[in-house]
Amino acid sequence: MALILSEEQQLLKNSVRNFVNSNFPVDQVRQLRDGDDALRYSRQLWQQMAELGWAGIIFPEEYGGLGLGYAELGVVLEELGRSLAAQPFLSTVLLAGNVLLLGGSEEQKQQWLPQICSGEATLALAFQETGRFSPWQVETRAETTKDGFCLNGEKRFVLDGYGAEQLLVLARTSGSAGDKEGLSLFLLAADTPGLSITPLSLLDSRNAALTTFDNVEVQTKHLVGELDQAAIILEPVFDGASAGLNAELLGTLSEAFERTLTYLKTRQQFGALIGSFQALKHRAADMFCEREHAISLTREALRAIDEQRDDAALLVSAAKARTADVANLIGRESVQMFGGIGMTDEEDIGLFMKRARVAEITLGDARYHRQRFASLSAF
Amino acid sequence: MNKPDTLEQFRQQTTDWIAQHYPPQLRPTPGASGEDPRQLKIHEADWLALLAKQGYLAPSWPREYGGAGLSDEQVRVLNQALRKAQVRSPPISAGLSLLGPVLLEHGTPAQKAQHLPKIARNESFWCQGYSEPGAGSDLASLSTRAELEGDEFVVNGQKIWTSHADAADWMFCLVRTDREAPQHEGISFLLIDMSTPGISVAPIRLISGPSAFCQTFFDDVRVPKDNIMGQLGQGWTLAKQLLQHERQALGSIGRGDARRALTLPELAAQEIGINAAGQIADPVLRDQVAQCELDSLALRLTMSRSADEARAGQGSAHIASTLKLYGSELTNRRHELMISLRGADGIGWEGPGFTPAALRTTRQWLRAKGNSIEGGSNEIQRNVIAKRLLELPE
Ligand SMILES: Cc1cc2nc3c(=O)[nH]c(=O)nc-3n(C[C@H](O)[C@H](O)[C@H](O)COP(=O)(O)OP(=O)(O)OC[C@H]3O[C@@H](n4cnc5c(N)ncnc54)[C@H](O)[C@@H]3O)c2cc1C
Repeated sequence: MALILSEEQQLLKNSVRNFVNSNFPVDQVRQLRDGDDALRYSRQLWQQMAELGWAGIIFPEEYGGLGLGYAELGVVLEELGRSLAAQPFLSTVLLAGNVLLLGGSEEQKQQWLPQICSGEATLALAFQETGRFSPWQVETRAETTKDGFCLNGEKRFVLDGYGAEQLLVLARTSGSAGDKEGLSLFLLAADTPGLSITPLSLLDSRNAALTTFDNVEVQTKHLVGELDQAAIILEPVFDGASAGLNAELLGTLSEAFERTLTYLKTRQQFGALIGSFQALKHRAADMFCEREHAISLTREALRAIDEQRDDAALLVSAAKARTADVANLIGRESVQMFGGIGMTDEEDIGLFMKRARVAEITLGDARYHRQRFASLSAF
Repeated sequence: MNKPDTLEQFRQQTTDWIAQHYPPQLRPTPGASGEDPRQLKIHEADWLALLAKQGYLAPSWPREYGGAGLSDEQVRVLNQALRKAQVRSPPISAGLSLLGPVLLEHGTPAQKAQHLPKIARNESFWCQGYSEPGAGSDLASLSTRAELEGDEFVVNGQKIWTSHADAADWMFCLVRTDREAPQHEGISFLLIDMSTPGISVAPIRLISGPSAFCQTFFDDVRVPKDNIMGQLGQGWTLAKQLLQHERQALGSIGRGDARRALTLPELAAQEIGINAAGQIADPVLRDQVAQCELDSLALRLTMSRSADEARAGQGSAHIASTLKLYGSELTNRRHELMISLRGADGIGWEGPGFTPAALRTTRQWLRAKGNSIEGGSNEIQRNVIAKRLLELPE
């Protein structure tokens, strides 16, 4: 399969771009940040996108999805990334939705996937506990009780955790922190007694929550997948989610780069357009060159997932490592090239840099993914 | 377009063909150090001859010109099969990689019949006469002149940095045929037989030691009028087109898939050792190796993406500048890393205490420096990207 967009993908891209242009001006980031809804995204727009089928793009038709692939999802996310549109794609679709798809019982899938596809329900995955992405570093415990489990612990950075109807919680049922074995997943309603969800503010103003579990009782039927075997489900889920996040990040860095180019072609100093200065031209050329390579890796990673290739995980890590570095480079350079105005909240460019940083750290930073790439390449 | 099943058949055929024909002596053995370079050269020549016979040195050229007449998809499959088998890829040479594609498009039927089959069989060896002492990055200011006298051009002047001029049978050469015309319009593209009287060649010693680098002098050199490619005064257009092929070829070196020796991870494991988890023992070096390896992967993918784009009529030919820039910086980075991995063995120059492989690393590190200068320096590539792809103001 070629590394360029097919005709259908191009059409999808155009319709997403139109939708994004009319519904997600970048200024919305400030409005959501400064408003008083801790949700930090518009549920109404999520509903509309779901009606267009985009929330269910990767889910099978039997669960109300479109049955398309990651390549198509990547097209949607790249366009959203361009406008910094905050929407629960990563949390509800790529993380929680995929956990259910890959690990849920038929009943769980029947109950939740159609609601995800239709935009009625949003879900979140509560997994991270430490300051770095280190998915098996789990201390939250689920002790066996008479009719289920009892959860105690704390989860940080639960993306879109505030406002989610259901949480999927990763907890330790055996072994100790750092073990890949001995982890299990549980599905809990947000109003379960003992569960508290506190909205947090991140650098990019999106919704992430601190969640604590204080003797939370869960029935056995809410276990998702096999006891102690959550890692088997989560590995491909994290890969798919990283690939999607990468596509979003690619959109974000592309837009930041293109806005910077526009600025270089309009801002004058010394009686000349600043884009005529070779020092800036060469740095712009370097950014372009880096971006070309991030595009190739990002697309190939999405394609490898669709083709269920053995090298999919390796490509995802290569893509995340490269794209994250390029996003940070462009973030840094674009603020610099805007000069003083780039430091203001009024100018959009800083918003791109902030989002790029958050996306880099989410699901493993560049260093994490380079090391994983090395391990997967056996060196 | 090929149907996938026939393309898959082709993949199987080429994979089998490579497995049957690749000289086992060319396979690197980890830890081995005593390969005899002369023996290696002989086996390498055998391998090239086998590739040439199949038309695989110029796989996309028509069979009548010594190619294999393969479609773009087939060429891609062939390259994938060569890479997967980790065999030495077809060489990058001035004839095959630079002149060939331009000659195929712009040469006269007689020129094509005379030169292409020999190039494709690796029988005629070409050099590139572009740079002059006063015309490097500013190539269009070149002053070697050719004056038409009857049926011949008379060439006078000097070229420099002419790689392999001492061994080449032919040179493609940029000459000024009109000194009155605007700079870019007075240049023509000549094919010059290096055995013509009046040509003399002086080798240049490089930081990496004796080299193929030469100065070439022209003293009343008579070149038949028919040896011009394209029209009189049209040389610059062809020259630029050829540079794009050169940039693409130079970029492709950065892929690091030509299996000359150990891979970077193998070298690191050999020199630094591995820990209990099977990882390169030094985490900083491991990170740097990973960066190089994943950047090579990115480069390979970008090369195949730009080929897809070209086929679909998208993208710009100037993308070659991006590949050259990224590829040559990567090659430099890779060699810097190789020399650090070798430690004190990386600074040996000659003598019995050093392995041939270590001595080669040192010289390759130095030679790699040229990658970011030749074919238009990387600063020039950045200028091209800024102007042509980003359309930044002058
Ligand atoms: C290994 C190797 C093989 C070569 N093989 C051949 C060959 O076979 N045939 C052939 O014809 N030539 C060959 N060359 C020559 C090569 O193309 C030239 O060296 C190259 O174009 C640079 O020209 P120069 O050496 O005169 O450097 P200069 O043009 O003098 O450049 C000096 C420095 O100034 C910078 N510079 C120049 N102009 C600009 C600008 N506008 N903006 C910013 N920076 C600028 C350059 O990037 C460079 O860093 C080879 C060179 C090398 C290193």
